[in-house]
Amino acid sequence: MTFLKKVGKNEDNSKNVAKERLKLVLIHDRANISPRFLEMIKGDIIRVISDYVEIDEEGIDVKFTRTRRESDNTPIPALIANIPIIKMKDRLMD
Amino acid sequence: MSEVIVITSGKGGVGKTTTTANIGAGLAQAGNKVVVIDADIGLRNLDVVLGLENRIVYDIVDVVNKVCRLKQGLIRDKRYEGLYLLPAAQTKDKTAVTPGEMFELCNDLKEHFDYVIIDCPAGIEQGFQNAIAGAQKAIVVTTPEISAVRDADRIIGLLEAKGLHNPMLIINRIRQDMVKRGDMMNIDDMIDILAIDLLGVVPDDESIVISTNKGEPVISDDNSFAGKAFSNISKRILGEEVPLLDLDVDESMLSKLRKLIFGK
Repeated sequence: MTFLKKVGKNEDNSKNVAKERLKLVLIHDRANISPRFLEMIKGDIIRVISDYVEIDEEGIDVKFTRTRRESDNTPIPALIANIPIIKMKDRLMD
Repeated sequence: MSEVIVITSGKGGVGKTTTTANIGAGLAQAGNKVVVIDADIGLRNLDVVLGLENRIVYDIVDVVNKVCRLKQGLIRDKRYEGLYLLPAAQTKDKTAVTPGEMFELCNDLKEHFDYVIIDCPAGIEQGFQNAIAGAQKAIVVTTPEISAVRDADRIIGLLEAKGLHNPMLIINRIRQDMVKRGDMMNIDDMIDILAIDLLGVVPDDESIVISTNKGEPVISDDNSFAGKAFSNISKRILGEEVPLLDLDVDESMLSKLRKLIFGK
């Protein structure tokens, strides 16, 4: 029983809960910008990209995070946008 | 050639002062001239952790205000050749020293010491600004708790903004038994989130409480797991490549074994 519990529980052990909560909190801490500002960026990105592809506007996710620069591995802030594409627009074909 | 290193964390109570004391002792043991500065004006503590509280005559505010000469403000630790303490003032507050004065003080000390180690107060206000003003390198201490890691992240951002790039991380008070159960963030989890280089990991260890009770840095306790970890950290600061302490060696098992064999 304990064994089964262990196997099934892997995802919601308290460490993973902490990690996920922390990640979410840090996104906002790091950004140091209002959610409205992120919404504005999001809106502009949608407008530009929509000319070329049809995107899932509901699923778009824009966030501030930290990453490492490839050349020398120093940590730098990064703007990461996850944009689900539904399909490419025809005008790209010609 | 000398280096000014600030030990900081944002959150209080994660082990900055203990870390400062042990790194100071470790660097001195290796033959360096080291001064540890308590920058926590109003809440001085590095003196008691080092067991030097009875020898304070002057403090950092006296030195900055030229009430005494720099050398008069320094307390020599008789147990560690080359280790000195510049204590904080207990009756003043953080505004008694300015970042400019702190910068000058660090520059003066650099001429006499190989390492200047600054114990930064908790928080991000003037005490923090003072503590980092003269530093060239920063060490961020955190524990595997959500609040400590969050504050560490904030501090890393502030350090970067002040031009203190590439701070190094010390993860303090890790409990391998809880990590194994999945009830505590592990080393990789925290490095992944904070995205800075790891300087060392210190296990949660009773010997820290005991050594602090006595006012003796734990680094001198050869039987202490945490002492070994601080010793490794000091060596890494000196440029040696030392592998991370094997946390899977169960410390309680070791001490049980020791009790069994030596009856101690």
